[in-house]
Amino acid sequence: MLTGYAPILVLLALAIGFALVNLFVSELMGRRRINVGKADPYECGMEAQGSARIRLSIHFYLIAVLFILFDVESVFLILWAVSAGDLKAAGLAPLVLAEIVAFVAVLGLALAYVWRKGGLEWDR
Amino acid sequence: MIEWSVLLAWIVKATVIYLGLVNVGALMTLAERKFSAWMQYRIGPNRVGPFGLLQPLADGVKFIFKEELMPAGANKMLFRFAPVIAALPSMMTIAVIPFTTKDVVLGGWNIGTFSIVNLDIGVLYILALGGLSVYGLIIGGWASNSKYSLLGGLRASAQMISYELTLILTILAVVVMAGSLDLQQIALSQNKVTDWNIWYQPLAFLMFVVATFAETNRHPFDFAECEPELVAGFHTEYSSMKFALFFIGEYSAMTVMACLTTTLFLGGPSVPFLEDPHWALQIAAFLAKAGFFLFLFIWVRWTLPRFRFDQLMALGWKVFLPLALLNLLATGVVKSLV
Repeated sequence: MLTGYAPILVLLALAIGFALVNLFVSELMGRRRINVGKADPYECGMEAQGSARIRLSIHFYLIAVLFILFDVESVFLILWAVSAGDLKAAGLAPLVLAEIVAFVAVLGLALAYVWRKGGLEWDR
Repeated sequence: MIEWSVLLAWIVKATVIYLGLVNVGALMTLAERKFSAWMQYRIGPNRVGPFGLLQPLADGVKFIFKEELMPAGANKMLFRFAPVIAALPSMMTIAVIPFTTKDVVLGGWNIGTFSIVNLDIGVLYILALGGLSVYGLIIGGWASNSKYSLLGGLRASAQMISYELTLILTILAVVVMAGSLDLQQIALSQNKVTDWNIWYQPLAFLMFVVATFAETNRHPFDFAECEPELVAGFHTEYSSMKFALFFIGEYSAMTVMACLTTTLFLGGPSVPFLEDPHWALQIAAFLAKAGFFLFLFIWVRWTLPRFRFDQLMALGWKVFLPLALLNLLATGVVKSLV
């Protein structure tokens, strides 16, 4: 069964080989004269102020949480999407469809709630 | 035990397709500069080789001999391997793209359909691996210890996960049409030009194409780089071949997305008005269609101005997500009841 996946390993070997060879060849061949100025993170020519390990806008976290919610939804939808045609043949289509519509409606409500609460407004 | 001819067929197909992918990426860097030059009434690179065709090679050699810089305070391990993490997933997704639906026969040697592997979960494979490429960008952005890089990496991750939803939901509409996650089956179900999914799923097609632009961080959605605001975004601190690897990853992702659009909506290798085309003709048709979408990436880049980040997120969450859900449900209703 799993031999069907084996050609992916051939591609993986090619891709990793290509990436690592590129990485190390340029580390070997490139010139190397580091000084303090070069090692400074770029900030438009000024000396870097403070660290870049700073606190982040909560929006990014919110987007990530929302993504998890809808990503899990889409995982459930994948199962239904593949079998929609078969379900019709088995006479189960209306029942399952009703369940799917209810499921999407619940998540639609969640989206509407977040929207109403301003969770999708980026400039606040 | 696997027969030697089968193993050889795997190696031949993987090598040919992989080299093709990398070379298309290299040529795209040239095409990008050529087309931008023509659109701005310039000539573009024309010194290295005929029509500047050897320019990517010259660039590659130059990249190798450039000095590599690593900012003080960077996380050395992550900084070094982030470009690899960014490039690998997009190069791996080419594996399931079906360039033909017929078996390729070379002088009596049947090497099967011209795709590296034919998975019955091809769509899931692409989504799973495609989702990983965001790690490369955010790790590279964070490890650099530079504020521009950090902001670029954050933006890239927020934008890619937002548009991944649109991408998944529009692909699912096609999956409902074909009743399979196998890209080979999806291509076969659109063998006739009248069966192409673009005619049945025009809305999904439009949203999918826009989402591919956001997913590959391309203009007009390239907020991860965004020169006027973030210098160069997540790869501000990268130089030499590490910088180039990010771009190899980006161009591979664009190529795979163009191939995926072709497979999902334009019948993949199907040739219009030919019931049973030769496999070489199928490959040619596939490459022509995918080539158009690659050109579209360049065309749009030099035509449209850049959006704002809040506009991008609003488009993704307030327009595309509800529309894609409704489109999927409508497709399901029609497929289940009619």
